[in-house]
Amino acid sequence: MDLGKLAKDSALAAFVALILAIPLAGFNTNQPGGNSIGTRWDWVAIAVVVVFVGRFAIGLLPKRRRSDRPPVVSLFLTKHQSILGWVGLGIAIVWPFMPFASQYYLDLATAVLIYIMLGWGLNVVVGLAGLLNLGYAAFYAVGAYTLALTAAYWNFGFWEALPLAGLTSAIVGILLALPVLRLRGDYLAIVTLGFGEIIRIILINWQSFTYGPNGINGLPRPTFFGLPLSARAPSGGKTFAQFLGIDFNLAQRYIYLYFVTLALALIVNLFIIKLRRLPVGRAWEALREDEIATRALGINPVSAKLSAFAVGALLAGFAGVFFATRQGFVSPESFNFQESATVLAIVVLGGMGSQLGIAIAAIILVTLPEFGRDFAQFRMLLFGAAMVGIMIWRPRGLFSIRTPSIRLGETQLGEMRK
Amino acid sequence: MSDGALLQVDQLTMRFGGLVAIDRLSFAADHEKITAVIGPNGAGKTTVFNCLTGFYRPTSGNLALRRNDKELRLQRMDGWRIARDAGIARTFQNIRLFAGMTVLENLIIAQHTKLMRASAWSLAGLLGLARYRSVEKEAVEHAREWLDRIGLTDRADQNAGTLPYGDQRRLEIARAMCTGPVLLCLDEPAAGLNPHESHELNRLLLSIRDRYRIAILLIEHDMNVVMGISDRVVVLDYGKKIADGTPAEVRSDPAVIKAYLGEPEA
Repeated sequence: MDLGKLAKDSALAAFVALILAIPLAGFNTNQPGGNSIGTRWDWVAIAVVVVFVGRFAIGLLPKRRRSDRPPVVSLFLTKHQSILGWVGLGIAIVWPFMPFASQYYLDLATAVLIYIMLGWGLNVVVGLAGLLNLGYAAFYAVGAYTLALTAAYWNFGFWEALPLAGLTSAIVGILLALPVLRLRGDYLAIVTLGFGEIIRIILINWQSFTYGPNGINGLPRPTFFGLPLSARAPSGGKTFAQFLGIDFNLAQRYIYLYFVTLALALIVNLFIIKLRRLPVGRAWEALREDEIATRALGINPVSAKLSAFAVGALLAGFAGVFFATRQGFVSPESFNFQESATVLAIVVLGGMGSQLGIAIAAIILVTLPEFGRDFAQFRMLLFGAAMVGIMIWRPRGLFSIRTPSIRLGETQLGEMRK
Repeated sequence: MSDGALLQVDQLTMRFGGLVAIDRLSFAADHEKITAVIGPNGAGKTTVFNCLTGFYRPTSGNLALRRNDKELRLQRMDGWRIARDAGIARTFQNIRLFAGMTVLENLIIAQHTKLMRASAWSLAGLLGLARYRSVEKEAVEHAREWLDRIGLTDRADQNAGTLPYGDQRRLEIARAMCTGPVLLCLDEPAAGLNPHESHELNRLLLSIRDRYRIAILLIEHDMNVVMGISDRVVVLDYGKKIADGTPAEVRSDPAVIKAYLGEPEA
């Protein structure tokens, strides 16, 4: 690229930065003791200069040649997928017993596991079946509110609510999928986005039933085969600590919730790995690759789509229960578009269709904002920059190589051939 | 029209707005015969296929397929049901393989109906029951037979999209055959093939007809293929049938020559 053209390009980028920076960084309402608005034109100038110089510098870098060969990182990760998976599981198991594992780190790890589950669930819909869903938080909300409402109205515990939440969520998933069966791509994305908002708005406005924007607190926590992990036992019962004859410690509760989440995440993982190798899983992938050809092979596209939506919603429902019990509180604002977007980002970054990739992406995307806490108001900027960087570096996700659901080499027939 | 016809197309008409793509077309495709549908570009050949396989709903007319002594009215069935219940498999003019999936997976997906039933709609499959595993093994075996036949066994675990063009064409035919059809509809299977490859295709199609005892319906421009293997040729022009008969009859039909070469100058 010649310098003149590059300068023009950089100027254009700087102009965009200017437009964005004026409202975002140019004004400051945080004046001490007043409601006046301050201005920070110097910040705007810095942003514009940084973008101009940055764009110019990127343009000067030698262009990388595109090749058909999959990138080294992807190849490495795919090749050692199972080893990495086991190592990850090992770390997950010993995590609560590490010396640095404070309540904060345990809670964060539980959150990561919940997002891994959500990512795996959405991956069925987006990664395998190729149906872009921007309203995934709705199913998450249905799961969380199933726990909250059954506890509030019928005194259900965690373990009673868990299967019910999955079921309710799956039913809602099917109901929402029915009207959008004919839609694909962008159109489907817009409609699912709308559904996500509808659920949230219902939760806000149906005050008499859902307690509206105030939310519901005091949600049940998982018991250990009926033994609660709390300081005081319910009348006539024992707590987990009393049963074992040890002192109650709040950390026990965190560790227990962590392991319950880990256990369900593992079950979810096995479930999806299995499904992917079954006819239903292959039908999903076929649907993603070419819907017309799928129909021409006698596969009912309606049931394939509905089952993908239902399985995705089922898993989101489970994750929602864990989310609700972890916080001990639910309110509609936890299930906004940001939530759906984060889960979608996890799936895309992970490399659509890869279980391990999604787990790694969830770890990155959930912990990244936490590390950014020191940067206070620049936290989201940092997060955004990291996302842009990742998408430049790995546009097709961490794991861009798909693992076949069946190989000739693995079957006996293949071995006989050798 | 013969009584033993597998497929009977009767007065098929397809209109798109004011355009009449197919105009009262009638023909039949017989058991164990290769029937070719030919005609100049835009004659409505692919539209006939799309009506037969449920992608279009015909404006009027009757499409009857006789299977197990029952007559199925294709114009009232969904596309996927036509493939599953009527046993009509098709290929596409612009190949539609599952490009991101492996060659073997393409052939396994084609056996979906059988596998889905064996997996008891995923329940038996999830539990890993032996019955499902044995059916899956059979499916792989069946796929391997086809891989051997089209010479792609060594590439079974490659993505279908990475295959050369000719291999993709043959794989698409193998995939259609893996659904276990009674009627195989091929939309320009020889398009883009070199003479050697199209000769191989002829052999493949004849072996399919004789070995699996099914009917083949063929749209083709390559006259070597059409005249070499067809038992019967139906010629369309502007959505109307202008000739119907054996390759030799059609070749010397003045209406066909006129449609292809234009009117001789007076």
